[in-house]
Amino acid sequence: MRENDVILQTVSKIAVFIILTFGVYLFLAGHHHPGGGFIGGLTLSSAFVLLYLSFDVETVNAGIPLDYRKLAATGVLISVCTGMGSLLFGSAFLSQTFAYFNLPLFGKTELATVVLFEAGVALGVIGVVVTIITSISGEV
Amino acid sequence: MNNILVFPMILPIVAGVGLLFFRTSRSIQRWGSIAAMTAVFSISLFILTTVLSDGIMRLDFGEWLPPFGITFVADAFAMLLVSAASLVSILCLLYAAFARDEQREHFFLYPFLLLLTAGVNGSFLTGDLFNLFVCFEVMLLASYVLMTLGGERRQLVEGVKYILINILSSWLFLLGIAYIYGTLGTLNMAHLSLRIAEAGQPPLLTTISILFLVVFSLKAGLVLYFWLPGSYGALPTAVSALFAALLTKVGVYALFRTFTLLFYHEPNITHTIIGWMAVATMIGGSIGAIAYKDIRKIASYNVVIAVGFMLAGLAAFNLEAIEGAIYYLLHDILVKGLLFLSIGSIIYATGKTRFDEVSGLIVNYPLFGWMFFVTILSLGGIPPFSGFPGKILIGQGSIAAGEYVLAAVAFASSLAVLYSLIRIFLSMFWGEMSIRRKDQVPLTKGRLAPILILTLLTAGLGLGMNLLSPYVSEAANVLMNPELYINKALNKPF
Repeated sequence: MRENDVILQTVSKIAVFIILTFGVYLFLAGHHHPGGGFIGGLTLSSAFVLLYLSFDVETVNAGIPLDYRKLAATGVLISVCTGMGSLLFGSAFLSQTFAYFNLPLFGKTELATVVLFEAGVALGVIGVVVTIITSISGEV
Repeated sequence: MNNILVFPMILPIVAGVGLLFFRTSRSIQRWGSIAAMTAVFSISLFILTTVLSDGIMRLDFGEWLPPFGITFVADAFAMLLVSAASLVSILCLLYAAFARDEQREHFFLYPFLLLLTAGVNGSFLTGDLFNLFVCFEVMLLASYVLMTLGGERRQLVEGVKYILINILSSWLFLLGIAYIYGTLGTLNMAHLSLRIAEAGQPPLLTTISILFLVVFSLKAGLVLYFWLPGSYGALPTAVSALFAALLTKVGVYALFRTFTLLFYHEPNITHTIIGWMAVATMIGGSIGAIAYKDIRKIASYNVVIAVGFMLAGLAAFNLEAIEGAIYYLLHDILVKGLLFLSIGSIIYATGKTRFDEVSGLIVNYPLFGWMFFVTILSLGGIPPFSGFPGKILIGQGSIAAGEYVLAAVAFASSLAVLYSLIRIFLSMFWGEMSIRRKDQVPLTKGRLAPILILTLLTAGLGLGMNLLSPYVSEAANVLMNPELYINKALNKPF
């Protein structure tokens, strides 16, 4: 028997974009305010989990063909490599730097290398959370 | 700034995560992980020699100066252990590569072995108590996976116990860290040492130190070893060898670090307790080693006895005993790996786990039989092999400290080690040949190679002790004189 989940699916289609936007906002806000890669990543992955809940696993996997294990591994590699990147400039492991640039449209903007590190963290979190959720839901 | 210090921890992580992308190619998994650990081993040898010539090295992560940032501090003690751990993990990986356990290999055996060594190396190198907790967790999470990987019934039964006991001890560890941060306001180990010295280690701090003693005893298997024999017996050979060689040693390392660098002001209380715990461990371990007929159990109880023996060195707390304990720690990392690889190979070759079910193996596997005999002599501390200098120095040290009971139990426990293993050798390798030549399972060269290398190493380490002694005496010197560590680990005296 198939449950009637039209309402859930309709709401999810819109809510997912709100959650994703909020996740990106949290991720970027984290540089100066509460937020950051881990929290942003958790929020982003909650959007994926919502999709898995309201649609079934096959539909979502067909729509977003990502290997989440590899996504997690890529995230960790990015984080570690940004840590090692500072070695090339003769600084200690994990050193970070930032500078101000005049970008068109944005004006004077602060760009920091720590964003790359945090992006790795976010990808790692998304990969791990979605892998855990899909493994639990999968058949043993 | 010595960025090289981060490589023993970061290389295995990069290699392990990188291998996740090559899930289907077994040979990349096998040889890639071995190559990574070989690189780590050479780097750690290089750091070790640099430490001896230029003194203790320090790396401030992200250039945050101590005591505010996280630091890695490499003294001779830490680097000796990192080198030995990396060496033994190369050989365990080599054994795993030739054991060809394809099901486990498919489920990321090598990445998790690499992450385990990353956690172990990080624990040895870190100069920050909270970072030590983090590295412990990296190591433990990898070990949880390795414990249950394969999903055999016995593995899951023992795995649940193992995970529960370790989660409990991690929680206690965190509690201890919270207490010490609440009282002293810092977690940098050198800074902690200074502040404890200023306060003169009042009873409150001694109580906290006993909480740490409990935590690390759970990890090391000091008195609280009830979880150890079952869980180590349930594992595949290469993994059990790595566990036996490394995991308890990290707990032993943490005990040495905390009770020589931080809580060394009340040896009458703390070190006496450690002494009695060591005695209890050696007695309990000896009873276990003699009581069982299951060779995996016997090997696991031998791990327990060795832990008690090393902690006897810490309890005696003088230069000689500490030096002996460091020798013994290095010897034990290699030889416990060797013992578990040998025991695993016996079980692989015969399919039997009790020593009275097979006999006459020496005719089937002559080289392997004699290597096992050398292992026994080395474990028992017979002179030309690597166990001897550690045993003699710990004995001398504890007699010099007036700990006669400790010395007596320590040497009696060596006899128990020798007896329990000679019994295996006598009944399994000597006597009537019970497996006919045409039925015998071949032990391939690939399986024997790591065992042979480790046997040669334990002989070489015993004969070439002069090569090692400057490093060990430097390590013991730093442990007994914490100000040497503190001066290098902090920028200026606070």
